[in-house]
Amino acid sequence: MGAASDVGYHAQRQARWHYGEIAFWLIVLACGFVFPSRYLIMTDILRLALFTMSLDLILGYAGIVSLGHAAFFGVGAYAAGLLALHGIINEPVLALIVAGLAAMVLGFATSFLVIRGVDLTRLMVTLGIALLLEALAERFSNITGGTDGLQGIEMQPIFGQIPFDMFGKAGFFYSLAVLFVLFLFARRVVHSPFGLSLRAIKNNPLRAAAIGIPVNRRLIAIYTLAAFYAGIAGALFTQTTAIASLDVFAFERSADLMLVLVIGGTGYLYGGLIGAVVFRMLQELFSTITPQYWQFWIGLVLVVIVLVGRQRLHRWVLYVPNLIIRQVAGRKAVVAVPESDA
Amino acid sequence: MTAILTNLFDGVAYGMLLFVLACGLAVTLGLMNFVNLAHGAFAMAGGYVCMVLVNLMGWPFFAALPLAFVSSAAIGIALERTLYRHLYTRSHLDQVLFTIGLTFMSVAAVDYIQGSSRVFINLPAALQGQFDLFGVGIGRYRLMIIVICGLLTVGLQMVLAKTRFGSRLRAAVDDPRAASGLGINVPQVFAFTFAFGCGLAGLGGALSAEILGLDPYFPLKFMIYFLIVVTVGGSSSITGPFLASLLLGIGDVAGKYYVPKMGPFVIYTMMIVILIWRPNGLFGRPAAR
Repeated sequence: MGAASDVGYHAQRQARWHYGEIAFWLIVLACGFVFPSRYLIMTDILRLALFTMSLDLILGYAGIVSLGHAAFFGVGAYAAGLLALHGIINEPVLALIVAGLAAMVLGFATSFLVIRGVDLTRLMVTLGIALLLEALAERFSNITGGTDGLQGIEMQPIFGQIPFDMFGKAGFFYSLAVLFVLFLFARRVVHSPFGLSLRAIKNNPLRAAAIGIPVNRRLIAIYTLAAFYAGIAGALFTQTTAIASLDVFAFERSADLMLVLVIGGTGYLYGGLIGAVVFRMLQELFSTITPQYWQFWIGLVLVVIVLVGRQRLHRWVLYVPNLIIRQVAGRKAVVAVPESDA
Repeated sequence: MTAILTNLFDGVAYGMLLFVLACGLAVTLGLMNFVNLAHGAFAMAGGYVCMVLVNLMGWPFFAALPLAFVSSAAIGIALERTLYRHLYTRSHLDQVLFTIGLTFMSVAAVDYIQGSSRVFINLPAALQGQFDLFGVGIGRYRLMIIVICGLLTVGLQMVLAKTRFGSRLRAAVDDPRAASGLGINVPQVFAFTFAFGCGLAGLGGALSAEILGLDPYFPLKFMIYFLIVVTVGGSSSITGPFLASLLLGIGDVAGKYYVPKMGPFVIYTMMIVILIWRPNGLFGRPAAR
């Protein structure tokens, strides 16, 4: 077997659906039927999962550290809110896509700023763009409603058939469907030759350029795609909660997002989904212990994660599951998180 | 005309203050290449120490200032020896996560101890009010800030350029391996510099309570300002961050006075444009590492 076909063989093996993945999605779907009283928090987790998946695309696969990913979330949220509020596009799915496209346009425009420079400049530029948009949203309060946010958003039924109910059931399944479709697409993208080239860029941009990968164009493409995902997450936020306020752009949102992704692990797409569940549970736990000061404990979790080391932590978490898998299916089937540093 | 001069004066005072607050970060971020987003937390610590000493224990303001410096420096060196030290060689992502965590913890902790409202430090009567100089209104407090910060800047430049410690620091930054080969204790130099930077931030925090406002969210609110000073100013000398602070201070004061509706818009746009134009900062040189 030649080297090229060898690479292809391994890439295809990686891309194949595992039983674990199918089981994961079945469990997620089952949650919708098992906990009918928890639709709101579960919808919240799904939104966060989608948003985190968007960050994973650029951080986990392309190695771009962003401190301002909330910018796209916010644009998506306000776009969806304005579309619904002024009755421009009443159909939620169509509005969702348009909101995502709006974020995508911003992502494309700002990607040229982001691909320049090194980590530090990227951090600053992404953070600056998010802050800039927050300042703009505050400035044009006649459009955005300023600090009060957009109020009185009335959502129309999905496809004109399924109305949003007050228990959030429709919202949950709607979010789940959107998440699943976008997950399928992201999965396809990261396992395609395009996705493989992104990994090469992340590992060593110079070497990637030397073997003929157009580094900048690839980075622009994935950044734009991630912006689209984040915009959709923001739009889902507005559509399922019927509010959009200035805090969609807040720095804390971007910072929390990093934490979610780091809890779940970068670079295998499920990190965002698992991280979102763990993060929301932690948040619930901390806010029942100390309602006002839960941020302290979130901060402590971040510090501990970094000090212990992300890789080591994930090994510990996977220790017991792997022990069981090894007993049942033999050594080959062991789950490993393909974690590497950005 | 006098309004312009008064604004200029206020802007200079503001900029000087930003420089004292941020120059510690210029060393850690610019020279040691460590992304320390928790820098504002040290400033806040100094501010609160000063507030407690002056308001609750009745210390004179000028006696409390050095103590603000010392306490922040002590916290700085304690954290550097126990935690930060392990992260110098880690990726930027890890550094960002770690320092954001620290910032969140400091915000919640101060909120818990002192409450979430803004606090004020009781100033001595000699520092209140303003006087006229050729028709230009000069705030006494701001004049004091300019004097203190100006002296500090000159002092810092002298230490960096003329003393043995200064040359050790520059050597350690330029090439840590070669420097330690020459017998310079690089970790010690970095630890000392880190602590001194934190101390300066603490002093700045104490001075800024009157102008910037001091509340538990201080580290988050002004994080971007500190980062702007460092990234725009570059890291080749302390002159770069100093000029960047002055620019930022004057720009921000003038922006708030002449186009109040635009808010912080001007500053962020300026920063993004400068970073795109010169990724290593206005006065920077290409990164050594």
